[in-house]
Amino acid sequence: MSAVLLEARNITMQFGGLKAVDSLQFQVKKGQLAGLIGPNGAGKTTVFNMLTGVYQPTHGEVFLDGQSLSGLRPYEISHLGITRTFQNIRLFKGLNVLENVLIAAHQHVQYGLLDTLLQTKRFKSSEQSLRSKVIDLLHIFNLEKKALEPASSLPYGEQRKLEIVRALATDPKIILLDEPAAGMNHSETHQLMETIAKIRSQFNLTVLLIEHDMKLVMGICENIAVLDHGVKIEEGAPSVIQNSAKVIEAYLGVEDEA
Amino acid sequence: MHDFVQHIINGISLGSIYALIALGYTMVYGILKMINFAHSDVYMIGAFAAYYVARWLGIEAQPGIASLLMLILVSMLACGFLGFLIERFAYRPLRKAPKLNILITAIGVSLFLQYSGQVVFGADPKVFPEVMTDYVLLTFGPVELRSFDLTVLGVSLVAMLCLEFLIKKTKVGRAMRAVSSNALVASMLGVNTDKIIAFTFVVGSSLAGVGSVLVGMKYPKIDPLMGMMIGLKAFVAAVLGGIGNIGGAVLGALIMGLSEEMVVAYLSSTYRDAFAFGILIVILIFKPAGLLGKYSVEKV
Repeated sequence: MSAVLLEARNITMQFGGLKAVDSLQFQVKKGQLAGLIGPNGAGKTTVFNMLTGVYQPTHGEVFLDGQSLSGLRPYEISHLGITRTFQNIRLFKGLNVLENVLIAAHQHVQYGLLDTLLQTKRFKSSEQSLRSKVIDLLHIFNLEKKALEPASSLPYGEQRKLEIVRALATDPKIILLDEPAAGMNHSETHQLMETIAKIRSQFNLTVLLIEHDMKLVMGICENIAVLDHGVKIEEGAPSVIQNSAKVIEAYLGVEDEA
Repeated sequence: MHDFVQHIINGISLGSIYALIALGYTMVYGILKMINFAHSDVYMIGAFAAYYVARWLGIEAQPGIASLLMLILVSMLACGFLGFLIERFAYRPLRKAPKLNILITAIGVSLFLQYSGQVVFGADPKVFPEVMTDYVLLTFGPVELRSFDLTVLGVSLVAMLCLEFLIKKTKVGRAMRAVSSNALVASMLGVNTDKIIAFTFVVGSSLAGVGSVLVGMKYPKIDPLMGMMIGLKAFVAAVLGGIGNIGGAVLGALIMGLSEEMVVAYLSSTYRDAFAFGILIVILIFKPAGLLGKYSVEKV
């Protein structure tokens, strides 16, 4: 039994009269590949927004490595080790591929503007190691040849990959993937599954993903939580989820008794 | 023909001053999507800071490029600091408020600075000390290149190149572009957006500080309301080029400077301001996103 890395303790998100997420409780263990699924509008992305500090939960708390994230701003949470990708791709459009990743990588760098202006040794050495780290990351996803192209010029699949690279550059403990396979075809999805497994072992990462592609979720997730109307209705291994009456009901509706 | 060349020189000189101020509008817009109406008054404060320091040091006794550069530095520091204060205390508390609230606050800050200026400095115009001597540097037949024009051009060019370097080549510049593109995403990637926004205000304001000393040198009459007209024109320049776009602000400012100079030369100086704002109307009708701006359709 490995330690708990991320824990949501009874988190609730209320927008006016609507409870988008209601007293959600779940844990992700260190090194685990966990999934969060549910029908459209179940509140999955809202959960991600609470985990990353975009929203402050109305009630409840999120813990990373035992530390409460209450009241922390998104950049502080990012520094602590939670990173994410987005359902709709959100790259910095005016920046090139390399710069998109450098932004994320830069938060660990210890030089200031003065170092840049004076081109000090500290600047040169850390900038160099940073760049080579970023190039290595791009290399894993076969993007290094496109480093200087504008991010917006990449084809869709590569933009998705670039988002993952950018997230990895923050040196995260856990990466939250919001529908990484959205809009991908069969072979691309398959490739993505391999990549996710690969980066997990290579970077010692914990992964939590939202996905609609059941084949992907069932194929790689070790633990799955199912959300419906903001409430967790089931949790467990893929085999448990596949045979759960509640989950089938949430996705397909109740069978008419007549 | 000779006249024409002379007007081009004058127009570019005027345009580069507009550019220094327009950059502040466009940078702040790029990052916060707000028009910082107090920007023109930050510029005014810069001129007064330089004025008082110049008198205090008795700079008039030793005019020259060194004195000018020192005053520019003084004005940049004063404006940068003021820009920082304005962002920190007037705009930051409203970060989550509707856009209109910030806009009205900006107008309030602007009025506050203008009328505080009248109280503190007095409403009467003051004569900016002569920091440099103006003389004819080169002549090509009847066309003159005066030292002031060359100085204005040179200083603005250096300032703009520094800005270009800052934005394109440095870590903080990259972060500025990222925040401008999508602040929330940038913050989730570890960028402290508040810090970057404050920095943007400091840089934009200190560019206005550079402009204020150049104007003080060239048109040596300063008063607490001096920012209004030049600020409006710089704003028009920023809109003309495509607000939020740095290259656009420079382009728009040069067009403004040149066209004003031409109107004065070949039509009548009466129409100068009318023409400047006429440009605004025309651009808003035919190219609302500006010359280099991209008009983006919001997805629904």
